[in-house]
Amino acid sequence: MSSRTAWQALAQHPLGFLASAWPWRALAYLLSGVVFGAIAMVTLLTMALAGLVSLIVGVGAVLLLAVALSGIVVTRIERRRLRLVDPDPAPDPHRAPERPGPRGWLETRLREPATWRELSFTAVSMTALWWMDLLVLAFALALPVLLMTSPMDDPSAWPWVVIGLCLLPAAPYTITAWAGARAALTRLILAPRDGELGRELTEVRASRARLVDAFDAERRRIERDLHDGAQQRLVSINVMLGLAGLDAEPGSPVARQLALAQGEVTLAVDELRELSRGVHPKALTDHGLAAAVGNLTTRSALPVTVDIRLPYRLPATVESTGYFVVAESLANATKHSRATRAEVHARLDADVLTLSVRDDGVGGADPAAGTGLVGLADRVAAADGRLRISSPAGGPTLLRVELPCR
Amino acid sequence: MPLNIVLAEDSPLLRDGLVSVLTRFGHRVSAAVGDADALIAAAHEHDPDIVITDVRMPPGNADDGLRAAVALRGHRAGLPILVLSQYIEQSYATHLLDLGSESGIGYLLKDRVSAVTHFAGAVEQVAAGATVMDPEVVRQLLRRRQDPLRRLTPREREVLSLMAEGRSNAEIARDLYVTEAAVNKHVSSILQKLDLRLDGHGHRRVLAVLTYLRA
Repeated sequence: MSSRTAWQALAQHPLGFLASAWPWRALAYLLSGVVFGAIAMVTLLTMALAGLVSLIVGVGAVLLLAVALSGIVVTRIERRRLRLVDPDPAPDPHRAPERPGPRGWLETRLREPATWRELSFTAVSMTALWWMDLLVLAFALALPVLLMTSPMDDPSAWPWVVIGLCLLPAAPYTITAWAGARAALTRLILAPRDGELGRELTEVRASRARLVDAFDAERRRIERDLHDGAQQRLVSINVMLGLAGLDAEPGSPVARQLALAQGEVTLAVDELRELSRGVHPKALTDHGLAAAVGNLTTRSALPVTVDIRLPYRLPATVESTGYFVVAESLANATKHSRATRAEVHARLDADVLTLSVRDDGVGGADPAAGTGLVGLADRVAAADGRLRISSPAGGPTLLRVELPCR
Repeated sequence: MPLNIVLAEDSPLLRDGLVSVLTRFGHRVSAAVGDADALIAAAHEHDPDIVITDVRMPPGNADDGLRAAVALRGHRAGLPILVLSQYIEQSYATHLLDLGSESGIGYLLKDRVSAVTHFAGAVEQVAAGATVMDPEVVRQLLRRRQDPLRRLTPREREVLSLMAEGRSNAEIARDLYVTEAAVNKHVSSILQKLDLRLDGHGHRRVLAVLTYLRA
């Protein structure tokens, strides 16, 4: 089994650990930490001092600004070094500049919390971390080596060689343990915060919305295919049968057969019409949410009062989702709630569609019990909306949905 | 009397079927087109007695046919229009009825074409200025206005539905296998219960009912 991090490597069989690349990777991590830390400290101290001194002539301000932003460079290298002992990438927390050009870059960076977090990490790194790397290396490697070489000066000091030899196998453990701790600390401070990961979260939502859009488009396509294809064909056949019926002698067996055939085709057309309406209501595409809900309620077994006032047509996804919510809620109210009437209300306010469906039924609608409400919530969430429901036992039930229309 | 008809239907199969039915009943289809723009052009060219159109048609594949009909009606007031639709949706019916309560409007499910004799009858009625609504529209409207209509007996509701289709009392009597006097009685009872006035014209009667139901 290969270890993902330095600490995991420590837990495996000693021979396996010592034979693996982990001690060497940890050593490389600490050595590069010392070298890089020393160089960075000297450079930054020099820049800061020079900046303070030359502040009078103005050039200093630029130098100090560079010091303030140095964390960006230092931590970029730190993140790369981190890969030595922690293969999971630590993403860059910075946003893309809002405006192009160096000025836009500078403004964005100076306003980001990540920049200042990186600066404080740099300060800690300068003052403590690389010194500790150095101490650990000295204790783990230099000390045993010193002990083992001590008889060169004083032959009577040979017992130290034994102690040095005993300490040497412990060195990889010490080094790897500290490397693991330093890597964990680095990741903790330098990994992007949730808010900075916002870009990726948006990506995920967008892809979910795309799925819903694709699904809606597919429903519309199926409805159109049914309408333009099978339905039209059946109606045409029925017309031909009707015409043939005119030519048949009234009351003859042929006329009776034709009438039977017409009855069957009519049933098929009716069923197909209901089916395609369930797939995607045409009025929703043509006239929007208010008209489609109006049509829906005229077919509903429950008397429904509709009050939908929208200033303009909403995005197709919002309309489909809204329609789905109303259709599903009314179906639930009819099936489960023993309601005698229902109300649908919708308004657009500050780019948010607020839709509520209320019934006077017995209440007790439980999202955990049925799949209907969960399906509704899924659908609403995919459109980045919010669904709330109030349904105390004894009723009434109020379902409220907010859908952003951007 | 043969009618001069312009019709628009984007499915070639059904378009041929419609032409066959209409010619079979002795009418002349001077243009049978497949999209809304061609419908408007043909209606201007042939000055028809009635325009028959589908709702969903190219170029937009939305309610282009319906909108073309509304535009034609705006251009020539009173031009009889019969809209055929795959669906009976109240929003379309309302749109059509909003053309004004003059005369000569029909809205039928496409399936009704297959009852060829009835369909030909509906075309002639609309051309003559009557209003013909699909029984399905009436059924939906009736359902919506359940409360005041609860006072009607089932038989009276049946008669009301046929009235809304633009049938005369004689036709209703024949359909229901009752005497015309019985229908007369039902009609006056309905009009009384719904507080509608009676003025003798078939289509006025329908419009009165529809106006009441839409309110």
